[in-house]
Formats: sequence, C-alpha cells, structure tokens
Amino acid sequence: MSAHAETLNQCGSCASSCHHTAQLTKLGLKIRNWDYTVALAGNPNTGKSTIFNQLTGLHQHVGNWAGKTVTRAEGAFTLNGKKYKLVDLPGTYSLLSTSVDEEIARDFVLFGQPDVTVVVADATRLERNLNLVLQVLEITDRAVVALNLIDEAERNDLTVDERALARDLGVPVVPMAARRGAGVKELLGAIEMVASGQFSARPHRIKYIDQKLETAIETLAEQLRGEFDDLPNARWVALRLLEGDENIINAVETRTLGKVKEAGAFPSLVESEAR
Amino acid sequence: MTNNPTAILDAAARFRREMGDNLHDKLTEAIYNDAGQIAARAVSSGEHSSNKNFGQFFDRIVTSRWFGFPLMILLLTVVFWLTIAGANIPSAMLGELLQGTVYNLLHDFASSLNAPWWLSGFLIDGVYLATAWVVSVMLPPMAIFFPLFTLLEDLGYLPRVAFNLDRLFKRAGAHGKQALTMMMGYGCNAAGVVSTRIIDSPRERLIAIITNNFAICNGRWGTLILIGAIFIGSTAPPALASLIAATSVVAIAILGVIFTLLVSAFLSKTWLKGEASSFSLELPPYRPPQIWQTLYKSIIDRTFIVLKRAVLMAAPAGAVIWLMSNVNIGEASVAAHLVSFLNPFGLLLGLNGVILVAYIVAIPANEIVVPTILMLTLNMAKSGLAQTGVMSGLDDDLQIRQVLTEVGGWTILTGVNLMLFSLLHNPCSTTIWTIWQETKSFKWTTVATLLPVVLGIAVCFLTASVARLTGLI
Repeated sequence: MSAHAETLNQCGSCASSCHHTAQLTKLGLKIRNWDYTVALAGNPNTGKSTIFNQLTGLHQHVGNWAGKTVTRAEGAFTLNGKKYKLVDLPGTYSLLSTSVDEEIARDFVLFGQPDVTVVVADATRLERNLNLVLQVLEITDRAVVALNLIDEAERNDLTVDERALARDLGVPVVPMAARRGAGVKELLGAIEMVASGQFSARPHRIKYIDQKLETAIETLAEQLRGEFDDLPNARWVALRLLEGDENIINAVETRTLGKVKEAGAFPSLVESEAR
Repeated sequence: MTNNPTAILDAAARFRREMGDNLHDKLTEAIYNDAGQIAARAVSSGEHSSNKNFGQFFDRIVTSRWFGFPLMILLLTVVFWLTIAGANIPSAMLGELLQGTVYNLLHDFASSLNAPWWLSGFLIDGVYLATAWVVSVMLPPMAIFFPLFTLLEDLGYLPRVAFNLDRLFKRAGAHGKQALTMMMGYGCNAAGVVSTRIIDSPRERLIAIITNNFAICNGRWGTLILIGAIFIGSTAPPALASLIAATSVVAIAILGVIFTLLVSAFLSKTWLKGEASSFSLELPPYRPPQIWQTLYKSIIDRTFIVLKRAVLMAAPAGAVIWLMSNVNIGEASVAAHLVSFLNPFGLLLGLNGVILVAYIVAIPANEIVVPTILMLTLNMAKSGLAQTGVMSGLDDDLQIRQVLTEVGGWTILTGVNLMLFSLLHNPCSTTIWTIWQETKSFKWTTVATLLPVVLGIAVCFLTASVARLTGLI
C-alpha cells in the first residue's frame, strides 16, 4: 500500500513540475499513425465533450443533457512528441445494460483496449458516478479519473479529497474544472504517465461478498486466460458470461474477443426484435 | 480439462444455473456498496448548499403540473416572437443587396461579356438566384433563433421539457426518452434518429424513429417562420403581427407534439405492441450559460452548417429549376407540364402544383422549399414579369406576399396548409438514409417515409374541405 501511495505522489509531483514544458498540439481530426489510444468515458452530462474539445481543438457539440453524444467521436493531439488518438464515448451510467449507446462505450473499452481510459466523474454526484468508475476499473487497469466540475462542487459547499479517492481507486485522480480549462495540464500529465507505463495502477476491484460468485468468476477467468492469450479483463468477461450477455457469448464462441467492434455496425433492430 | 470456447460457455451456463436469477442484483449491490463506501470517505459537505436549493425551487416551477406546460409555450412564443420581429429588417436588407444590387450587377456583367442568354440565365437566374434566396430568407431568422434555442439548451431547460412530456409519452405507450430524441429532432431529424440509440427497447426505439419527423427541423423552421409572418401575421394589426405570427409557428410545433403522441399511441397499440419501459431521467443542474461560447457555437456550428447545406442544395436545385423552366416539351416547359399535372391534386389539398413540385425538388433538403416555390411561381408567370424586374425586386416579406397572392394565386388557406404540409411530409433524403442505417429494415424505412406524407395529405385535404364548406375561401 505504501509503495502504491508513493507512485501516486510521484505522479502528482510530476504532473505539476514537468508539465509546464509539455508541448500540447491540438490536431483536430488528423488521426493517422497514433502512438496511443485514449478513451473518454463517463456518466452523461459530466463534461466529456468539453474535455474532448479542450484536448483536440474540435468543436464537438456540448449539450447539457443525456443523449447528446451517442456515437464515438474521434480526435487527436500530440503531447511531448507522442501522438494520441482521443475517442469520446457516449455517456453512460453503467456498462451492464443493453442500450446501443452503452454497448458502444462498453465494447470500446473492452475490445478496443485503449491505452488509457479516462473516466470523467461529476464531483457533485460522486457516489453515483463511482458506479461507472468501478465498472471500468474491472475491465482495465489503465485508467485515469477526471474529477470534473470541482468548481461546482465548491459552490455547493462540497469538498472532495482527491488523494483519498486516488488511494481507494488505485488510479490517478485529477480534479478539474474543464469549462474554465483548469486541470487540463494535470490530466495530460496523468494520461502520459499511464500511457507510457510509468505509472502502474493497482485498481480497486469490486468485492464480491458472495463466495460462490467469486469462485465462479475466478474459475471462468482462469479458463478464459488459457484460451485467449493476454486477455487483460478476463474477470469481467467471466462476469458477463455468468450474466448471459449474448454479445459476449457470441464473441467467445466465434473467438472474436479482442477485436474492435466498430460503431455503426449494430445488429439490425429487426434482428434484435426477433431475439 | 480442455480449454475451448464451448467448454467455457458450458461451464458458464452451469454456474449460471447454480446461482439462480439474482446474480445481476448481487453484482449491482456489490458495486453500489463499494461506491458508497469510497464516496463517503472522499466527500465531505459543508453547511450551505444554497445553490442546490435554488435549482430545486426552479425545478418545482418549470416541471410543475400547472405551470410546466404554459411556461413552455410562453418561452417558445417569446423565442419565435424575437426571431420574427428581429429578422424582418435584416432579411429585407439582405434581399435588397443579393436579389437587387448584386443580381443586377451580375446581369450587367454578363451582358457586357455578350454571354449567351442561356448561360447567364442558367447561372444567374438559376444557380445564383436560388442561392441568394436561401441566404436572405434563412440567414437572419436562423442567426437569431439558434442562439436563443442553444441558450435554453445550455441552461438545462430541455431536459425539463422532456420531464414534462414524459408522462404523456408513457401514456402513449412510448419510451420517456423519446422526448429527448424529439428535442434532438428539433435541430435535425437525422441527428434525432441517431439519438434514439439511447432507447434500449427495439420496439420503443422504432416508435421514436418513425415519429421523429414530427419534430420540426432546422430546415423547416425557416419556412414556418416566413409563411407564418407573411400570411398569418399580416392578418393582424401591425402592432400584433409578429406576436400572432410567432403564435402560429408555436401552434404548428405543438401540433407536431400532438402528432408524435397520437402516432406513437397508434403504433404501440397496433404493429408495435407493448408496455412502456421506465427509466430514470436526470435533471442536470442549472449551469450558467457561457454567452460567448453559445453565440460562437450556434452561429458557427448551427447557423453556418445549416446554411452551408442549404446553399449546397440550393445551387443545384436552382440549376434544375431553371432547366425545368426553360427546356420545352411541345408548347410548354417541363416545369409547366409538371405543375399543371399536379395542380388539380394540389388545389384539392388547399395547396397548388408549384408547392408539390417544390416539395419533390426539395427532397434532399427542406431548406430550399421557399426559394423553389418563389422561383417556380415567377417562372410560371415569366412572360413579362421576370424581365420587368419583379424577380429581382423581391426583397421583403410584403413583396413576397404580393408575388404569392397575385402571381401564384395564394389565399390564406394556401399559407396555412403549406405550414401544415411543412410539418407533415416525408423526411429529407439524409434522414431517410439514416433511418435505413439505423433500422436496416426496408419495411420500417418505408413506413417512416410515407406515413407523414399520408397524414399531411389527409390533414390538408381536411382543412381545405372545411374551408370550402364554410365558405372561408
């Protein structure tokens, strides 16, 4: 635990010291030959698109309501000589349900295996937002939490201890007020640390109190790891299998686990109607 | 143990049976439990949460049973009133510049080059004039309407509207989120159709896709605002004209909501039977709008993008209209043949042949309906009129009204029915394509395309018949 806290501190100090020299170039839509892929996930209405625009220089429409972004938007930026592709995912409350927008987000984090997944969380509604954060941490270690709307939390007289949060979650937590551009530099620093592997996370794992469930997950995960080489999220896939998720069952059956599912290629409505 | 996919899936199925149905609940509970503990450790709240109370007070009013709807209608009316009253003068100025000064300059230039009549006609009277009309008719109202609408959106008002409408959608057997996709449709129906992805159930999603066309899109607001101003507003005393015109546009928008609900109810009781599913709708906090960013966003992202699309569509449409009006088959032009062929049917609906041809030409983009109507009307009566400069003098609402009534033979019924038909007709080709992309179903794409036209024909026929029977026209 102590070594862990130390890495976090290193990250924190680096974010503040080495990154005023950071060279950020907003590349807009010019995405070719990127070094890293970064996904932006989060609940609806937490400022994902605002952050996306801040980093890429694009003008993706930002809406103060759920459902504004239902497809993946992509953009790019370079940071200290490395080229990053940034993918703005639809806002979702959970990765467990079945609507198309949530599937897009889930499939990208799961199958697209981005180098970094930034989960944007609303500081004024932290508990509810953490549900998604914890689910993402089940899928990937390479995550950063952007604790956005920290200014609004202050106005509401809420204080969020981001160090305690980072300790509990085991991934970097960056407080932000994205609308004012505050915290963008620090976010970039954290993204770079995780992307380059300088920061190794020990993400929080959901505690399944039920022993039978835990055994089932571990057994299946073991088998999955044997079958699919370096599947980083075997436990999550196991869980989805236990839940009877049709898409994941299909992916295992056809051995397409680990292949990116492109947005837009949905099973037709009529097909799913028949299901 | 052999590790192959089938063995893994079998094992999963076995575990699933052992554990029973409450797996999902157990999982959700575990996640909530952890989230609650972590949040409790990280967040501490102070004494005052005044901001929240202020928001809650506001929410009680805007979503209240009594004030919710009247407030909604009032806000919409104010937005349109500002748009119509404000767009008048800039529209006239732009018209004078583009259809007057620039148009004449272009013709002078062409004749100084001794350009053949068909070339200058095709380029200036066709391509240029259609484009100029789209710009002068659409730019000023859009430049006022979009920032106002975006401001309401930024404030967080739209989810409140959705909240108010949720009850009605549920009663219609549709998904409450359909109110949100309808809000998207008010910008662009193609975007609205894509946004139905937020609806989980395929049944309710299809209903939302089919009825999205009843949300008036960017391309149609312009038509409604203009026709509302010159045919409805002008019946009122000048002081009230803009207000009455705004009210007529709001009435059409409300009619659109009523049609959305009726058609949704119809579909959910016939072809797409089922119960409405429930969902939780978050009312986002009121956020102070960023005025400059809103202006930038709505002018660059919406006004210019919509205008660009309109101009891109108008230029070829202008060329097509000019060719149709100048290529003759026998005695009359192609356009004349088409118009006179469709005229009896059009008149039966309280419209006319020109309007129906315009709606065919405008399938790629609703934005060009009014310019097409004006050009066709003038070309039909070309002998004498166009050459005497009436065409270039069309620079304010009054003159447009004059041309339509005197040259086109329009009555107030034509104006009202054009507004109704603007609400109720086929989606534009982009939206149809999007519906196909999202449903991959020939049947539902056809239903979504044809249902609104059939409704439009029925409604227009009804109003025309009533008007005739009561002797209003």
